[in-house]
Parts: sequence; C-alpha cells; structure tokens
Amino acid sequence: MAIEVRIPTILRTYTDGERAVESSGTSIAELVETLESAHAGLKERLLDDGAVRRFVNIYVNDEDIRFTGGLDTALSDGDTVVILPAVAGGA
Amino acid sequence: MLTIERIIHDAIVEHARRDHPDEACGVVAGAIGSDRPTRHVAMLNAAMSPTFYEFDSGDLLRLYREMDDRDEEPVVIYHSHTATEAYPSRTDVNLAGEPGAHYVLVSTRDGAHESGPVDFRSYRIVDGEVTEEEVRVVERYDDAAPEQRENA
Repeated sequence: MAIEVRIPTILRTYTDGERAVESSGTSIAELVETLESAHAGLKERLLDDGAVRRFVNIYVNDEDIRFTGGLDTALSDGDTVVILPAVAGGA
Repeated sequence: MLTIERIIHDAIVEHARRDHPDEACGVVAGAIGSDRPTRHVAMLNAAMSPTFYEFDSGDLLRLYREMDDRDEEPVVIYHSHTATEAYPSRTDVNLAGEPGAHYVLVSTRDGAHESGPVDFRSYRIVDGEVTEEEVRVVERYDDAAPEQRENA
C-alpha cells in the first residue's frame, strides 16, 4: 500500500528536508496517522479538531479532497498525495 | 533586498489597478535558488473580495506542478490591499506559507485605479516575523547598476 506524499517547503522540517515521502493508508485519515508516526508533529499542521485545516489543501491524484469525501477519501496503491498550504491573506 | 525587473514590477502594479477594489494576487516564479523573479503569473482571486485573497485550489496545484516541471519556485508572492497600507495584515502573517519568498504588498488605496500612486513594498515573513526589505527596480537583470530614473 505505497502512497507517495509530496511535502511543501514549510513542512519539510518534519521530513528531514525530504520533498516527498512514502507512506500508507486506505484513506486520508489513515494516511495522516501513518505520517504522524513517522514524522511527529505533522498531523497537528494538517488537522484541527479532527478536520483538515481550512488553509491546507490536500489532493489525491490531482483532486482536491474537499470534493472527494475529505478525510474519508479512499487511497489505493500507487496514488500520489500532494499537500499545499493555501496562498491566501487579507487586508 | 528584492531586485525586480521594471517590466514585471509594472505588470504587478497594472494587475492591482485593474482588479481594484478587489484584491489582486499572483506570483513571480524564478529558477530555484536564483532569488531572481522572472515569470509573472497573475492568479485569480477566488475570494473576489476587497478584504481577502485566496488562490483557487485547482489553480494552486497547477501552478506548483508547472513550477516543479520548470525547476522554479515562487520567488515573489504578491497581493494588493485596496483600502489599507501596503503592510502585511495579521491574516497575511498567519497564512504566509513560503518562508523563502519575497511577499510583495501593493496598496491601491490612494486612487490607484484612477492612475493615482501605487505603494509597492516587499517583506520576508518567517515564523510569524515580518521584516521589510528594500526594493530595487532594474531595467534588466543583466544591468549591474540599479536603475535610478523613475518611469524611464
């Protein structure tokens, strides 16, 4: 169940500078737990109160998980997950 | 210090004027590690708001993929403030996700949409700390000396 996870610059402090890590899980929720066990602290940066943070984008094979079931989005072997912080702000 | 070509500087200002009173936003990509912003990409403000900006999540993914393919990074991330000064707001600081980027703020509050002045300032935002930096506008990156004339 190998899933490639692309890590944004700002979170690479949790992955020893690696741009991508291999992880596993049958859903995004499971993947986040697996990531956390290998890279402690990452979960807190992705989730807030059990939901994906408002200004964190997670994509599975180019689909934003907001439109595919959020944390319940299913994963299969060979999927690519991309994490990107939102580019946003305001006056 | 941010060194930027006049043609790109002017394109950012023009974008901010055009989208006033909504906030305009975009990036200038450049080769990784070069600190040289060379490719201006005007982004759509998905929030379409005078007080908030956000890249559309699909556009964001395409942008980062494109930069990856070209060995680029976001050297400049810019947006406009249309009723306040060109200084990062608390929201800007909290959401700043690219510690290596120059965050450019453009203010159009002084009638910039009607050819009034545009304030163009640049900052580093790292771990919640804002540091303003000098902006040097050059005619071309090849030029060793900074361009002194305005609207040359």
